[in-house]
Amino acid sequence: MSTQNAQNVLQPASFMQNLQRVLRQNIREYGMFIALFAIMVFFASTTNGVFVSARNISNLINQTGYIAVLAIGMTLVIVIRHVDLSVGFLAGFLGAIAAIALVQWGLPTIVVIPLVLALGVVAGLITAFPVAKLGIPSFVASLAGWLIYRGALQLVTESTGTIIIPDAAFNAIGNDFIPDIPGLGAWEGIHKLTLVLGIVAIVLFIRSEISNRRKKMAYNFDVLPFDIFVLKLVFISVIVAAITWVLASYQGLSWTMAIMLLVTGIYHFITTQTVLGRHIYAVGGNPEAAELSGISVQRITYLVFGSMGLLSALSGILFASRLKSATTTAGTLFELDAIAAAYVGGVSAAGGVGKVTGSIIGALVMTSLTSGMNLMGVGIAYQYIVRGAVLAAAVIFDVYTRRARS
Amino acid sequence: MATNAPILEMRNIVKEFPGVKALKDVTFSVARGEIHCLVGENGAGKSTLMKVLSGVYPYGDYSGDILVDGEVQKFRSIRDSEHKGIAIIYQELALVPDMTVYENIFLGNEIRNGALVNWNETIKRAGEMLAKVGLNVNPAAKIRDLGVGKQQLVEIAKALSRDVKLLILDEPTAALNENDSANLLELMRELRNQGVTCILISHKLKEVISVADSVTVLRDGQTICTLDAHKGEVSEGALIKYMVGREIENIYPRRDNKQFGDVMLETKGWNAYDPALGRPVLRDVNFNVRRGEIIGLAGLMGSGRTELAMSIFGNPTHYQLTGDLLMQGQKRNFHNPKDAIEAGIAYVTEDRKGNGLVLIQDVKKNITLANLEAIAKRSVIDNNAEVKVSNEYKTSMNIKTPSVEQRVSNLSGGNQQKVCLSKWLFAEPKVLILDEPTRGIDVGAKFEIYTLMNRLVEQGMSIIMISSELPEVLGMSDRVYIVSSGRVTGELPIEEATQEKIMQLATN
Repeated sequence: MSTQNAQNVLQPASFMQNLQRVLRQNIREYGMFIALFAIMVFFASTTNGVFVSARNISNLINQTGYIAVLAIGMTLVIVIRHVDLSVGFLAGFLGAIAAIALVQWGLPTIVVIPLVLALGVVAGLITAFPVAKLGIPSFVASLAGWLIYRGALQLVTESTGTIIIPDAAFNAIGNDFIPDIPGLGAWEGIHKLTLVLGIVAIVLFIRSEISNRRKKMAYNFDVLPFDIFVLKLVFISVIVAAITWVLASYQGLSWTMAIMLLVTGIYHFITTQTVLGRHIYAVGGNPEAAELSGISVQRITYLVFGSMGLLSALSGILFASRLKSATTTAGTLFELDAIAAAYVGGVSAAGGVGKVTGSIIGALVMTSLTSGMNLMGVGIAYQYIVRGAVLAAAVIFDVYTRRARS
Repeated sequence: MATNAPILEMRNIVKEFPGVKALKDVTFSVARGEIHCLVGENGAGKSTLMKVLSGVYPYGDYSGDILVDGEVQKFRSIRDSEHKGIAIIYQELALVPDMTVYENIFLGNEIRNGALVNWNETIKRAGEMLAKVGLNVNPAAKIRDLGVGKQQLVEIAKALSRDVKLLILDEPTAALNENDSANLLELMRELRNQGVTCILISHKLKEVISVADSVTVLRDGQTICTLDAHKGEVSEGALIKYMVGREIENIYPRRDNKQFGDVMLETKGWNAYDPALGRPVLRDVNFNVRRGEIIGLAGLMGSGRTELAMSIFGNPTHYQLTGDLLMQGQKRNFHNPKDAIEAGIAYVTEDRKGNGLVLIQDVKKNITLANLEAIAKRSVIDNNAEVKVSNEYKTSMNIKTPSVEQRVSNLSGGNQQKVCLSKWLFAEPKVLILDEPTRGIDVGAKFEIYTLMNRLVEQGMSIIMISSELPEVLGMSDRVYIVSSGRVTGELPIEEATQEKIMQLATN
């Protein structure tokens, strides 16, 4: 929370007034959450609750995984005023490399994963080179990558066709759930470790919010009114608890979700709390000013594209693992899904604006639409149209609220 | 001349933004065929008023009446005001750099044969318009290849091509050198004689005095007074008094306690070759600045002053450099701005919007950008420390903003410049390079910046000030270097420096 969202604690105001004001001031930040919530309520009612069943929610998040990690990387790429079109087929190609390494080279999963991730970083740096060093527009440089990796994917899968992956450890990443705490017989059908993790997360969240508030008050800064602060803690804790309960009553936290949470956490921390994050947003906001402030725009460009490559590799691993195979068309249009998720999540095309968490919500919104409409039996043609309309609406909403504020 | 109804009257204009009343009650009347100057501090409401007039803020967004030729107007867009013969030329020019002069002049107002553009007629008419503004360039030249002064004239030619009756110039000379400024003012007088009414917004009071028939002063969104030049009411003292609401005796504050220490920064035989231009931009430059000293770098636009600053400041423009750069007597070689910052050099650029600030970010993030490590532990930023530090600068620099979490783009020019200065002071430099530090800034903020400069050098900092305003150079510097065509053509102690000597060396 930033202090701009708050007024002096001492100012007397009714609870409802406070709530209205805080909501109005943060409509843009909360807008995506509200939209996601509305979509879930809508599909819950049209599918007689099937949509919010534990099984469907669990599936939904797992399906979001490989797009969500791409969307995180894409967020930073768009923030620094670039785009990377090559990531879809790069993910597909690296997924195929993983399959080949496992099946034909006989390498164990523990070796394959770091190898593929490293290759991803290299691929990202190769895309970055013409952009950072030669000033070639990233659209063109990455379009070349799009063609090259598409060709490379076909090349390596041409002779064999689809490569089936028999490795159980590898396939677990996209399909299995984290193990439960052994030896606890009680509470049949509830995933205890998931429950414990959820509770730990809530406790940590509340502790850090309280300590932040204390620090701010020690500096005499404005903080949220106390009642609103409590409401916020309760609200977020309830949501986390609800999701935890839903997941725990099914099969628990999946490996995909765990990876998503971890990646989101790391990127959120880097972008909001570190010097590197600040440098990335400064380069996006004004590259000339950033350069003259002692920030190497070239270095940031390499870093952001390198991270994009890393996450493409991760996406490829998640996808290949989920399908338990590498196919000749893996990764098709992933890049556009990731870009759409980032824009729905509030990234600005002009650069310098956009949050990692927003893009994750954006990815969840897009997958929710697909999943919900599938359950309703809506035809695929209509699905594309609806998703396009939602993308347009999200961006219009974003531009509108941004203008209203400035 | 001004016997019949005024060409323009604005009555009781009130314009509010969320939380701010930008115009409280402005009444403003311009007689036909005069040059009417509009002056006021930054944030006084001049630009807002002109946006109301031109239809950028449409009818209904403000209250009050606009009358053109005695008729009430309800402009809903810029097009509406253009149809009434009103044209505004903004400080940031609205030309397309990669188009030709003639394409730009008739952009949006093309001469057509049905659906097609009649290019031959366009080129011919463009030539006539260029002749009218006294600009001798090939109409087929690209805008990009013209200097700022010539671009300004193209803008005016563009306005004239649309039968403009009321021409509004917003800070037209801010980016021009003395010569181009003088030409522009002369052109305004000619246009007046041809019957075009002009409104001039300017911070340069000397210009206002030389060209105005009447002057309206705005302060805090209100009309303070309208002065008639032909009755001798317009003088620098009077204008300043009305603008700031108090009298400033000396625009350039005195510094009594002058003590110069060792040489801090020095170049010897410094050459820079620009591979992009394919020519040298600096030749055999020797200069130095001592501890506690302000040196002025005077010269015309494009003489090489900014290039000199860039070449010292880690060379982000990638010139090929030869010669020696010495900092406190030691030879240094900065590979990028980061090296220069770490060595204790700070560079406040002339173009604060272009390469000084990250406009979409807030005040605090801009202030800390060049020295984030100072508020970070192991590269993790302490957000509370950042707010604290920024609030300290907000107070000490008198930055007028509701909070340090306000976006910089919402601040006035003077306050943006103070954010720029805060950012570089937070980097704790030993040598501060200021490139046109008071361009486009009102008198009050100027005075604050001059006072700050004096305080900094008294504390032992060295300042290199690049300025095109000769009174500023003479008022603030301890020593003046004059740059012309990439060479230092002269060095004058302040006691010997005069405007005439500097101009003579600058045009060498």
